Amino acid sequence: MPSKPVIGVLALQGDVEEHLFALGRAGAQSRAVKSRDQLEGLDGLVVPGGESTTVMKLLRRFDMEQPIVERVRSGMPLWGTCMGMIVAARDVADMKEQPTLGLLDITVRRNAFGRQNESAEVDLLVPALGPRPFPAIFIRAPWIERAGQAVELLASRNGHGVMVRQGNVLGTSFHPELTGDPRVHAYFLAMVEHARIGKRSTAA
Amino acid sequence: MEKTGTDTVKRGLAQMLKGGVIMDVVTPQHAVIAQEAGAVAVMALERIPADIRAAGGVARMSSLELIQSIMDAVTIPVMAKVRIGHFAEAQVLQSIGIDYIDESEVLTPADDKYHVDKHAFTTPFVCGARDLGEALRRIAEGAAMIRSKGEAGSGNIVEAVRHMRAIGDTIRELHAVPQEELVARARDLGAPLELVQQVARDGRLPVVLFCAGGVSTPADASLMMQLGAEGIFVGSGIFKSNDPKKFAKAIVDATTHYEDPKIVADACRSLGDSVAMHGLDVRKLPESEMLATRGN
Repeated sequence: MPSKPVIGVLALQGDVEEHLFALGRAGAQSRAVKSRDQLEGLDGLVVPGGESTTVMKLLRRFDMEQPIVERVRSGMPLWGTCMGMIVAARDVADMKEQPTLGLLDITVRRNAFGRQNESAEVDLLVPALGPRPFPAIFIRAPWIERAGQAVELLASRNGHGVMVRQGNVLGTSFHPELTGDPRVHAYFLAMVEHARIGKRSTAA
Repeated sequence: MEKTGTDTVKRGLAQMLKGGVIMDVVTPQHAVIAQEAGAVAVMALERIPADIRAAGGVARMSSLELIQSIMDAVTIPVMAKVRIGHFAEAQVLQSIGIDYIDESEVLTPADDKYHVDKHAFTTPFVCGARDLGEALRRIAEGAAMIRSKGEAGSGNIVEAVRHMRAIGDTIRELHAVPQEELVARARDLGAPLELVQQVARDGRLPVVLFCAGGVSTPADASLMMQLGAEGIFVGSGIFKSNDPKKFAKAIVDATTHYEDPKIVADACRSLGDSVAMHGLDVRKLPESEMLATRGN
């Protein structure tokens, strides 16, 4: 029986507890990560919902940007929800000055579905999760305006990409952590398991 | 199927603001300073609470031109205040697309008996509370986020501490008492039984709880987070200090790392010889000048 994977949730700001709880329910050991030291020993990292301008500033101020990028480039899975997907993106449409981590080859448009009055609960078809629609919660949500060739589009809403994967990096415009539906968390944990098996076989 | 304005999306935006600082701003330039410092949202106002207090007279919803100019200046969410019970001001703010409405005791109440029916709106509301009963009454009316009232514009943290402790103590009490006491507890709290049962079961409010009213230093922010606040509103504390940029950044850093005294110390040190707002002794305020007693 392999040990439970250890998943960090970036805890500089945002809906951290909700992800910690959902990851636990999906069978992972989860812990909040606020400093570069706490990145040690993680099998995967979730960047939660929150404010992307705030979190990018804090990542730089507390010297966490490079260590995260290095870990993900060397294979650690990362999943960004809403703000997290913006942070992981290559760039932000019409905001070339906004820094990002550049881990997903996509251009996102912030608040693309509108301000808070347009925030919505949507039944979203995600073929990778099976035929039953996913109860997707969009809050001042971004969409994916451009995706590189290496990026797999997993779901769209009104013709705009809202869930993508590129190798070990997953991005969702919506918030699975606010629902009771564990399927996206389970999908990410499968990515983590895959990476762990890869790491073990390389070590052997 | 798409549903807007549900409790989930209204409460959800507050969940995205957790661990962050929401700053009062009176100009688009302030709003940019706040965003640059790392604020998660701004509250657009004509005057900060300390100046409302000084000016006297009737304080109302801010000019739409000012609010719109602040919405245009930043990408983070923008909140604005309406008078307690003034649902027409709230309808106006909803129509211009504000992200959150604060039904606030800082403005002069429009209704001395009733608050706004917040269920009737797509735009979410945040409301102030001094204790758990007040918080649950506001949630019953549809508030999607609660903040302590504190004593706005005082620069004095004592009232916010009193309110956060009162809310936290009663939640812990409810979590511990046997089921059969809950009806009587609900009666004493003046809150709906269903919400009292929910709080007793979960050991927390069903919505996000921020601290507001009197935060003026990084250590104040750390104190309130350690007392159970999930984020911080700073009203007068930033733009009544003599170096708003430094204060804004220091309060953000101390809120993020509230449980790490070394980082809070760095935040305090970063202020150099800048001075926090002067502040008031709330014990010397006459009852008629206390803002927290407005609305119940």
